[in-house]
Amino acid sequence: MKKGKFSILEHELVPEHMVIEESEIKELLDKYKIKKGQLPKIKLSDSVIKEIKAEVGDVVKITRRSRTAGKSLSYRLVIE
Amino acid sequence: MRLKRIKGVKFGLLSPKEIRKMSASKIITPDTYGEDGFPIELGLVNQRIGVIDPGLRCKTCGGRMTECPGHFGHIELAASVIHVGYAKLIYRMIAATCRKCGKVLLGEEDRKRFLEEIEWQKEKQADVGEVVKLVFKEAAKSGVCMYCGESQKRIKYDKPTSYIEIDEEEKGRRLMPTDVRERLERIPDEDIALFGMDAKSARPEWMVLTVLPVPPVTARPSITLESGQRSEDDLTHKLVDIIRINQRFMENRDAGAPQLIIEDLWELLQYHISTYFNNEIPGLPPARHRSGRPLKTMTQRLKGKEGRFRGSLSGKRVNFSARTVISPDPDIDIDEVGVPEEIAKELTITVNVTERDLDAMRETLKRGGKHPGANYVRRADGKKVKATESNYETLAEELDIGWKVERHIRDGDIVLFNRQPSLHRLSIMAHYVRVMPGRTFRLNPAVCPPYNADYDGDEMNLHVLQTEEARAEAKILMAVKRNIISPRFGRPIIGGIHDYITGLFLLTRGDKRFEQEKVQDILNKIDIEDLGEPAGTFESPAGSEDSHLTPYWTGKQIFGMILPEGLNLQFRGKICEKCIERGEECKKEECPREAYVMIREGNLVCGIIDEKAIGSFKGIIIDRIFRRYGEEAAKVFINDASRLAINYIKQTGFSFGISDEDIPKEGKEQIRGEAVHEAEKKVEELIRAYEAGELEALPGRALEETLELLIMQELARARDDAGDIAERYLGIENPGVLMAKSGARGSLLNLTQMAACVGQQSVRGERIKRGYQGRTLPHFKSGDRSADAHGFVRASFKDGLSPTEYFFHAVGGREALVDTAVRTSQSGYFQRRLINALQDLEVKYDGTVRETRGIVVQFKYGDDGVDPSKGEYGKVVDIDEIIRETVEVEETGA
Repeated sequence: MKKGKFSILEHELVPEHMVIEESEIKELLDKYKIKKGQLPKIKLSDSVIKEIKAEVGDVVKITRRSRTAGKSLSYRLVIE
Repeated sequence: MRLKRIKGVKFGLLSPKEIRKMSASKIITPDTYGEDGFPIELGLVNQRIGVIDPGLRCKTCGGRMTECPGHFGHIELAASVIHVGYAKLIYRMIAATCRKCGKVLLGEEDRKRFLEEIEWQKEKQADVGEVVKLVFKEAAKSGVCMYCGESQKRIKYDKPTSYIEIDEEEKGRRLMPTDVRERLERIPDEDIALFGMDAKSARPEWMVLTVLPVPPVTARPSITLESGQRSEDDLTHKLVDIIRINQRFMENRDAGAPQLIIEDLWELLQYHISTYFNNEIPGLPPARHRSGRPLKTMTQRLKGKEGRFRGSLSGKRVNFSARTVISPDPDIDIDEVGVPEEIAKELTITVNVTERDLDAMRETLKRGGKHPGANYVRRADGKKVKATESNYETLAEELDIGWKVERHIRDGDIVLFNRQPSLHRLSIMAHYVRVMPGRTFRLNPAVCPPYNADYDGDEMNLHVLQTEEARAEAKILMAVKRNIISPRFGRPIIGGIHDYITGLFLLTRGDKRFEQEKVQDILNKIDIEDLGEPAGTFESPAGSEDSHLTPYWTGKQIFGMILPEGLNLQFRGKICEKCIERGEECKKEECPREAYVMIREGNLVCGIIDEKAIGSFKGIIIDRIFRRYGEEAAKVFINDASRLAINYIKQTGFSFGISDEDIPKEGKEQIRGEAVHEAEKKVEELIRAYEAGELEALPGRALEETLELLIMQELARARDDAGDIAERYLGIENPGVLMAKSGARGSLLNLTQMAACVGQQSVRGERIKRGYQGRTLPHFKSGDRSADAHGFVRASFKDGLSPTEYFFHAVGGREALVDTAVRTSQSGYFQRRLINALQDLEVKYDGTVRETRGIVVQFKYGDDGVDPSKGEYGKVVDIDEIIRETVEVEETGA
């Protein structure tokens, strides 16, 4: 990050992104009975992904504040 | 059968070789039928190219009329002819290639670059059209062939099918189709790719016809008129012309006729073949039938709204359906539809006759053509017999298990009812049939909102379900009562409108008293067994000597009778004036306007029933009944409420006329003086201040903007004041005010405009200022900023507008009209795109939303997994209400 620029992660409109462990990925895929490719995607070029330095093939957990459900979780597979 | 996957679709041109190969017969004679009445050999209605007469067999495939799909024939053309559809492309190609060696007039480098570009576009599956356009443009520039050195001549395209080569001396020479074909033949295969074409499936010279395929007779069937005369299809007529000229051409050429005559005939042949493909070519007179009607040829069959694509393929009509005008009937249930007997006799349901329904079906069949009867019977051996006057009795006797009877639809059958445009799923719902006299579909007005229907001539469609599975599905998913709550906003979309609201409003307002007979009268269409305890007694006839005490029931009590037992509910009605928002306390039960509605144990304790209580889109009571007592109870309530309201309003009478817009003289004066004149004076003062430079600009506004803004504010207030005064003089008893306040129809603004003052007209949110320089109309002085001059209408609709006011009103009205037209088309298109994008998404059983490949779109539907039509306004349950109820039960129980 350049000096003087603030981290977009701190912006209130950017939800929390977190790379999850391999074991957690397996748990997730088992829960929904899906393959990794069936997860929603997020591009490596996405500003948040660049910021948290996730790599292709990683799965990020996104925690959003939802008007209807309070807290909502979603997962995205990082792709090129 | 093995499933095969379509790998691709390839388009190309038919080569003469292919045309001859697929042809079942050569066509030589222009005649169709011989004197013996049979088709002529080698004629246009040839027995080798398809059969249209029952009983005859196809000489190519041996199939009968229903089996033989028809086969193509061909005509050998005596001279080549340009295909009009490709005329423009041919022009581009001959202009882009060398007149001697046929190569595309591009240098090696350009050639390579373009080929690569085209290859790349194809790989991307993108359109190569743009690149090809560039190729034609570049190649046509060259004056000399870079391969053979031939100097090129300019080609002029003379629409629709002639090409003229112009030499240096500006002398033109007509290129005959044969010359054109020769040139196209010379283009090497390797260069064809530059035109974005594939030499294997589309050689350019195939665009110049030497053989003409003749479509099978099945594609152009002749019809036999009542007089026994045959009338041929337009295409056949055209083909006859082509063959005739073709033959004449041959004869003349063989006889060595002069060049002039040959050329004339050639031109004529070109004309006939051109119009055979397309009879609407600019520059060519359309070929006409003997009667003067233009012929419908190839292009005309495919093109336009009624053409093959939009008319026949995308717009197929469906069986077991009916369409007619709708009209209201508040006496039928909301999930019923009144079907005219005439229609009921035409629409059928197939019944498989079993042991159980054998007798019933016999009875049905015995009725013959009379209404709950049958039209057809299918015997066990599969033979279909029409039930007619003469055979129904024998059919009924013969009827046995395993037969099928196509019986008329009757009361209680389930059908789908639809009104276009079908914008949401509630546009098609399942109704129960009720056969009625008359010629229209009858619909309870309470179900108008989901269909967005009214009775000003709307037509609706009805579809009869044909299988048990379909009927079960319709009953469970599509029934009207299932769809009382809209999935769009989670509130009832079916509910009271117009008079239903007015009726209940009048009934429940104040302390209306009814003696027993009256009560029973009002309730006569509703299933109520016990009137319950009367509210009290009154003397009747009042003040008379022999008066006696008569028990009475109140309007609120009567409304309570149709509420489910044990219903508890309280809310503020539409008429609530929001005392709380003004910082005052809500007096609740003591509300002087009776705006606080309280229902206890299924009785209306206080409050007036209005739009918010039973109206569609709002309907708090309907909503609560639906959620607490289920869909059936909600349906029954809406039925009862509509009958109660209509019955009551029928007895009291309710109307609105011109005289209901009358305002007494002093009211008029007040409006003119207090409201309008005052405002106009203030406007004048503002203008004076502005002109004197005393006006101060508002922050962020120019001085002139400030002035306009203040004037607009002042005039808007004038109209509102006028409305308030009018309302005061009209009073709540005025039917217009009553409808507006109860939410039945119209608004107070509508009333204001009719009775008091129409107000400022605007275009784009500003006062009207367009027209001449410095003024809107020649009636005003240039630079006049007064209210009158910029579209303030001081008159009411009832008073009548002055000519200038009328004009300004039309200006403002036009904007409104344009706005709605633009908005509907735009929002319609947006909705289409949204639906197309979302239509394949599905909520799976694990709560995830996925698309067709199984890729997750949402991990939980809407983040909370709540169906808006099932939850309580966005929450799964209404905790507060449950607590409140529990507490209340415990308090009363203790």
